[in-house]
Formats: sequence, structure tokens, C-alpha cells
Amino acid sequence: MPALTTNSDGKNTGSPADVPALRVVNLRKRYANITAVDDVSFTVSRGEIVGLLGPNGAGKTTTINMILGVLEPSGGRVAIDEIDIARNRALALKRANFAAVYAQLPGNLTVSENLRFFGLLYSIPGLRARVEELLEEFDLVRLRHTKCGLLSSGEQTRAALAKALLNKPQLLLLDEPTASLDPSAAQIIRERIKSLASRDRCGILWTSHNMYEVEAVCDRVLFLSHGKVLLEGNPRTLPGEHGSASLEDLFIRVAREPLSHDVGAEL
Amino acid sequence: MNLRPIAGVVLRQIYLLRGSPVRVAPMVSWVAIDIVLWGFITRYLNTVSGSGHDFVPTLLGGVLLWDFCTRIMMGVSTAFLEDVWSRNFLNLFASPLSISEYIAGLVITSVMTSCLGLLAMLLLATGVFHLQFFSLGLPLVAFLMVLFVFGITLGIFGSGIVLRHGPASEWLLWPLPALLSPFAAVFYPLSTLPQWMQAVAHGLPPAYVFEGMRALLEGRPFPGALLLQGTAVAVVELLLAVYFYGRVYRHAVRTGLLARYSAEGAA
Repeated sequence: MPALTTNSDGKNTGSPADVPALRVVNLRKRYANITAVDDVSFTVSRGEIVGLLGPNGAGKTTTINMILGVLEPSGGRVAIDEIDIARNRALALKRANFAAVYAQLPGNLTVSENLRFFGLLYSIPGLRARVEELLEEFDLVRLRHTKCGLLSSGEQTRAALAKALLNKPQLLLLDEPTASLDPSAAQIIRERIKSLASRDRCGILWTSHNMYEVEAVCDRVLFLSHGKVLLEGNPRTLPGEHGSASLEDLFIRVAREPLSHDVGAEL
Repeated sequence: MNLRPIAGVVLRQIYLLRGSPVRVAPMVSWVAIDIVLWGFITRYLNTVSGSGHDFVPTLLGGVLLWDFCTRIMMGVSTAFLEDVWSRNFLNLFASPLSISEYIAGLVITSVMTSCLGLLAMLLLATGVFHLQFFSLGLPLVAFLMVLFVFGITLGIFGSGIVLRHGPASEWLLWPLPALLSPFAAVFYPLSTLPQWMQAVAHGLPPAYVFEGMRALLEGRPFPGALLLQGTAVAVVELLLAVYFYGRVYRHAVRTGLLARYSAEGAA
């Protein structure tokens, strides 16, 4: 993993095509006696969908929170579009966005009010037109005046994704975006997100416990356990490479494996 | 500081007020009840005292100014609590919004909401109880500014306490003005208080304001020294409150409190 090389503004001067959407270098988070994230390094390229997998408590959400700047790492660095978030938080976060089941849009504002509110937070130029575009794209036009708290799970997910795309992010973080959706709604959302990566060259970091979904969507996966990256590779070939019948079997083995330094090698 | 994110914070509060008359009603009704209650008390005191002393400016004027200060504080705190209640911290602070922009948005919101309360109080106090509020001229504006700054200080400090100790600690916030009012000497001269209470009062800008206002009403020369002292204490305390809030925010980012706040908000 190459070290970050940035100028005084925390911005890499390399060509945009070479610049990864996300670079995480030796990231650590320690609380008193617990190490939640332990020396994690990875990149997400433009147009790539990377799955961050692991059992509950593996450190996935902690990693995402550090990438979003709402949790200070104990060590290591995070760069979005090669802008160091610790040095230039606002500029880095202008190029990222997220949607998570545990961070729903305020339920007491309507869909369009929420999009305008967040659009201003991200200083979106031509906000009115951008909001209309997203309402159309996510089939929210008829719900524009409905309070988000009154939407169904699927509609709330679509509204959260519309908010997450307001700033046309270089990096999109999705923490279990389809967790509360029925299979049909989940499939529609997956297709939309896949087209985002291919059409807009957006780098996507995706967490999910649905291995079928991960196999269908992700170009690459990282298995996290006890705060460490144990495995990394193509979700369609990785199970075979490690003697597992499916990604789900591999997940279960990783989740139940006691942590040791060479656990990745054993698998 | 970028103006668009500040406008976003203010716009969110405007949306909430526009869509909910129950949020607007208390801004006017509580202060109106205070003015009516104290208006009749002063009328009664004027008839029974026999001293010829007019209680309207001292008592009703005092109530009006103290309520103004309290409303400013409530304006900041309530705008902040709207984000606590709707579990919106993760969405807010994972955006490019800076903490200074957020506070600026809360303060502007408070100015709008408390002006509404001030207008209601002035209409009632001057129209029904013949309070000659503007007869004091420019010094009144100067003293109002000191109360305004102190109200902002209390609001920021109270919001910091809630951020540090969790949503349930909002119950520490509401009684704050009542706790301070005996020391602020709203209705009586500072000399009425015992020595230890006078010592505490010297740390409270409203004590200088009310002492100064009484001097003006009694026809004594303009109390420039009191105004200067009150302004100095108010400015120092405002800076301390902003510093305190910044420290609490950094602590919340370091310890993961900010990231966990959404989950705790639901508890």
C-alpha cells in the first residue's frame, strides 16, 4: 500500500484518472482496552464497487465513521479523492456522501425540503434543477411534499440515496442500503447503484450481510474480522480459492475463526 | 465560513416552523402570558403601594428584558435539539458543514424566533399596560445587545451540555434561566442580595444590565461603566461558551460519541 503523498493543502497533484476515490492507510481505532479497527489499508478506485464484509462488531461501521470524519482515528490516514480528511475535512467531504439505515433523513421534513436542506450543506450549484433531477431519477416526484417519516422503507431508501447523490460524489459509502427492503425493491436499488459506478465513475464502498447481493454487485470484497482485513478479492472467485462452496460459507468461516496473525493464510 | 451551509441550517428551521404551528405558538404564548400576568401585578402594586412609585417600567420592563434573554437562549437550544430529536447528527456532521457554520445557523435561527417573541411582548406591554419601552432611547439598545449576547452564550453552553451528556440531559438545560434569575437581580437592586450572591451576580452580564436600567429609570446619569463591564463579561463568556462547545465536539468525535448519538437518541 503506497503512502499518501500530498501537497500543503492535503491534495494530490496526480492525474484525476489515476486518483482513487478512497485511500485508507494503516487506519486504527482504539477505545481504552479494545482495538475496534487495527491497521486497515485499502483503496476504492473510480467506478469500482468494493464490499466491506464482516460479522457484527468486526469494525465495518467504525471504519465508515472514520472515513466520514465523524470519528477520529487513533492512527493512520483517510484520503477522499486524495484529499486528506484530517487536514481538509470540508473539501474532502464535498466529494463524498453516504446512506445508511441508521442515518435516515429527518422525518419531520418533506422529501424536497430534505433535498434542498442537504443541497445547501453541500453547496450544490444549480440546486433547484439538481433536486428536480434526483426526484425524477428516484421516482420521488409524487412524494416530494410527503414528510420522510411517513414514507415506506423502500421510499425512505430512495430518498436517502437521492440525498447521497446530490453532490455527484466521487465516493459513495453505503452501509447496508438494502437492509429493510423487499427483494424486488432491493434489486431495483442494486441496479441503480451499479449504474452509478459504471456511468458516473463513482467509487462505492458497500457493506451488507446479504452475500447474494454482494456477489451480484461488488467488484471486490474485503473481509473484516476483529478490526483486521483478513481476506481480499473477487467475490465470485474468492470462495473457491479458499475451499468454500459459496461466499456465504466463506463469510461464516471467517466470522467463526478465532483471530490469529496468520488466520488469512490458514483460510 | 461558507454562507450556503449556514443558510441550509436556517432553512431547515424555517421549514420546521412553517410546517408546524405548534412550534410557533410557544414562542409567542409563554412570553405573552408572562407580560399579562406581570402587567396586572404591577397595576395592582401601583394601586396599593401609595408611594407614587410606578412599578410598570421596573417590574414589567424587567420581565420583558429577561424573557427576551431567555427566548434567545431557547432559540439556540431548541434549534440544536431539533437535530437531537430527529437523530440528524450523522447526516449533518458527515457533510462539509463546519462547527462554526452550524453555530452561526443556530444563532441566526434564534434571532428570528426571539424577534417574534419580542414583538409580541412589546405589543402587549406598550398597548395594554402602557410601558414606555423606547423612552430610554439608545442605551436600551446597548443593554439589549448585552442580553442578546448572554442569551446566545447560554444557548451554546446548554447545547454543549446536551452534546456531552446525551439527549436525556436536555432536562438540565430548561431550568437554566430560572436558576440564574435570582442572581441576575431582574426585579431588585443588587444590594438586596447577600454578599455571596452579589459575588455570583458579578459574573452574570444581565446583573449589570438590570442595575443600569434601574439607574436610568431613576433619572441617574447614564451608567457607562456598568454597560462596559456587562459587555466585557458577556463577550468573554461568549468566547468561553464557543470554546467549550468546540471542546465537547472534538471529544465527541474522538470518543465516538457523535457517531453513536443517533443510536442513543432513540433510547
